[in-house]
Amino acid sequence: MKLALFGGLYSNYLALGSAIADAQQRNVDAVYCLGDLGAFGPYPDRVFPLLQQHNILCVQGNYDDSIGNELNDCQCGYTDPKDNYFAQISYDYTLANTSDQNKLWLRELPKEIRLQCDGLNILLCHGSPRRTNEFLWESTTSPAFLNRLAGEHDADVIVGTHSGIHWQRELNHGRQYVNVGVLGRPENDGNRNVWYAVISTGKDATPGALLCSVRDLSVPVSVEFIPVRYDHHRLATEMQSERLPDEFLQTVLNGWWTTCLEILPSRERRAGQY
Amino acid sequence: MSVSDVTSTPEIELRSLDELWFQVAGTVCNLTCNHCFISCSPQNHSFEFLSYEEVNAALQESVEHGVREYYFTGGEPFLNKELVRMLKRTLNFGPATVLTNGTVLKKEWLEELKTAEAESGFSLEFRVSIDGPTADINDPVRGDGTFDRAITGVALLCELGFLPIITMTQTWDDSENLQILESFRTVLKTHGCDRPRLKILPRLKIGAEEKRTEGYQQTERITAAMMQDFDRNQLLCHHSRVVTNRGVYVCPILLETDNAKLGKTLNEALGSFPLSEGACYTCYQFGAICTNSTLRPLESAE
Ligand code: SF4
Ligand code: SF4
Ligand SMILES: [Fe+2]
Repeated sequence: MKLALFGGLYSNYLALGSAIADAQQRNVDAVYCLGDLGAFGPYPDRVFPLLQQHNILCVQGNYDDSIGNELNDCQCGYTDPKDNYFAQISYDYTLANTSDQNKLWLRELPKEIRLQCDGLNILLCHGSPRRTNEFLWESTTSPAFLNRLAGEHDADVIVGTHSGIHWQRELNHGRQYVNVGVLGRPENDGNRNVWYAVISTGKDATPGALLCSVRDLSVPVSVEFIPVRYDHHRLATEMQSERLPDEFLQTVLNGWWTTCLEILPSRERRAGQY
Repeated sequence: MSVSDVTSTPEIELRSLDELWFQVAGTVCNLTCNHCFISCSPQNHSFEFLSYEEVNAALQESVEHGVREYYFTGGEPFLNKELVRMLKRTLNFGPATVLTNGTVLKKEWLEELKTAEAESGFSLEFRVSIDGPTADINDPVRGDGTFDRAITGVALLCELGFLPIITMTQTWDDSENLQILESFRTVLKTHGCDRPRLKILPRLKIGAEEKRTEGYQQTERITAAMMQDFDRNQLLCHHSRVVTNRGVYVCPILLETDNAKLGKTLNEALGSFPLSEGACYTCYQFGAICTNSTLRPLESAE
């Protein structure tokens, strides 16, 4: 089984288009999106037809819950006033520009999706299996904690997004946690591309796959992180014409996060420029 | 619910052990801040240092509980000469945070920790307490000369590439918060910290602070009614415990409260706790102020 897994879209319909084309070319069996369809980017309604045309099932992210239910903010839980200031600008814009029909669609998305692949339990969630808006950063998440989550939630592979930076960790018995990154904006490393992940199991696994040995099974699981290029100049131009903050454009154009930085642990923060 | 139920003291259960704290310097500190909620000082030996062996044993025990991150506090953690070794050991298990007053940091310790952090892949966070952007605001609370000494410590951390979090206990009016943050950012930049991370914390009106200003009113208590529709994750005691030389306590705030000791070992300390203290009321209002991240609840559904 070969799955393409998309993280937060943040209204970046251009990157979504590129990622769908890329996944098709890799002959994946299915494509899933882990939520946060809106935020940050322009024209929030444009990702919906792409998802629907290609039968991409979605998990509900915190943003989707907020927009779908017309709440007051994005529920990212920022605690810094500056972070909240910028987060609120994109939130108000996205809320005002998402159609009622799409809000209804967001409201009805599931909090998680469970798949069986070659006998393994794959759990697709947004933040963490226990909480939609929980950030799981590579540098502040112990293996012991992930092992607990995998056990409590009966998952052999946990797949999530929400934090915006892709990473992966091997757990006991060859189980794994995979953060697929996001398609919405670059990863705070000075590169303009965005990321998604392909997870392959059983006979589709690539050489060097990790053997997941649970129950009476022993199934290889491989994870590839795929960089996606898209027309980021066009995205920036459209964001500008929608009068979204210049700080957001800079991230698209330069690959460094400029806002919502206070939530980052020191290690992830140091990797960036601001 | 009857009236007495509504006003009765609610119990909080441990949801899961996410953060494990170490009262690594006990109540011993080189400073004697007059707002310290556990009244630490050079003479307060009510709680003593933890040994390396005690920390290591708890680390091993913590794995089966699925602990996510580790916090080191006191008193002043760096007075414990085993701290560097303990932190290096901890970074084999997960991320670590040290709450320090920043006045006794040594370059060679920090260099050693820098290497250990880089090799581990986890974050080692420093939370440095400085109670305002000037000596005029800080020193009356923390002692003469402490502002300059702490800023020197912060500058050293930044020089070595750490990104310390500065925590200020708020002794001013809410309306001054933004201006305080702004002037602190400027001060930190002149000391080589180009990415200042600042947090303002509320005062906990117990310990020395109770004598400095005032304690809690009898009305400042969490009631059962207040817990309805309240996100319990906001309270540290819902997902943390603290290891001290006298046993395992419910949280690092209530060390002086009689029933706050829950057991000798972690396994004995997983029971629930009555939220009967005034300090609980501050936690209720401000969330898990002691940790690096505070999660707000999802408004719908959960
Ligand atoms: S507040 Fe911190 S630095 Fe001050 S006496 Fe207490 S433990 Fe020491
Ligand atoms: S002081 Fe705060 S953390 Fe401690 S028991 Fe009370 S509510 Fe919980
Ligand atoms: Fe999210």
